[in-house]
Amino acid sequence: MTRYLGVALLALVWMAVTGSASIPNLLFGLALGALALSLVRGRVASRVETVRPVRAAVLAAIFVRELVLSGCRVARIVMSPRMQLNPAIFAYPLKVDRDFEITLLANLITLTPGTLSVDVSDDGKVLFVHALDARDPEQACRDIEQAFERRILEAFRR
Amino acid sequence: MSSAWDFVAGILMIVGALFTLTAALGMLRLPDLFTRMHAASKAGTLGSCMLLLALAVSASDASISWRAAAGILFFILTVPISSHLLAKAARSAGAPVWQRPDATQDSRTDEVEVHSTRNAGSAD
Repeated sequence: MTRYLGVALLALVWMAVTGSASIPNLLFGLALGALALSLVRGRVASRVETVRPVRAAVLAAIFVRELVLSGCRVARIVMSPRMQLNPAIFAYPLKVDRDFEITLLANLITLTPGTLSVDVSDDGKVLFVHALDARDPEQACRDIEQAFERRILEAFRR
Repeated sequence: MSSAWDFVAGILMIVGALFTLTAALGMLRLPDLFTRMHAASKAGTLGSCMLLLALAVSASDASISWRAAAGILFFILTVPISSHLLAKAARSAGAPVWQRPDATQDSRTDEVEVHSTRNAGSAD
């Protein structure tokens, strides 16, 4: 079921990218989507069972806001004559354990103010995060947990 | 109506170009690879997305708007992955993490560094 949904989504994206909504193009997009998914099948380990649309939409909205804020913050740091930097790498203990959720969290962290995900430990329990201002790593961990991890769990778990 | 949209597109283009400029400035001014990835991934993504949004708003043809929307989606999906991979590769290769010259006086920053390297050891 998830697979057919994936093929349909990829076909839609294909039509958007090629800019043509004709039937042959839709069929071609479906064929390409099925081919692409068959290539990665078996490597996609975790699947999504539950999606709460409203919470996922809230997560997306928060993400857009954070993306704008982080762009402004980087701009402010870069434009200031004496850059106030205190960078360091800190370890963030993960509560989410499925590959899909870890990927989502790492991507969100990279595009939000002051933090950049660097690496995940092999057992998938610790995320290494580079922060522009790492004077208070405990506070940074709390921020990530409150802003994203809790909401990811709310959006994709029952 | 169309002139109002042109106005919106113009604002988006100027702001997007400014963000792209700050990304480029960050690449020049920031001290190490990790801090530069901050500038490239965040300000760069925001700037490119705003430019594509300006295109989507000003385009007369719906297919162009769809293409721009797909472009924004792909930026948001792929930029974090590429910056993550660059940072991961730099870390495995042992690229130095720049710290403030006076960071040793700050015990908390020191502690973070020790903490992270210890965890890095156990992860490998």
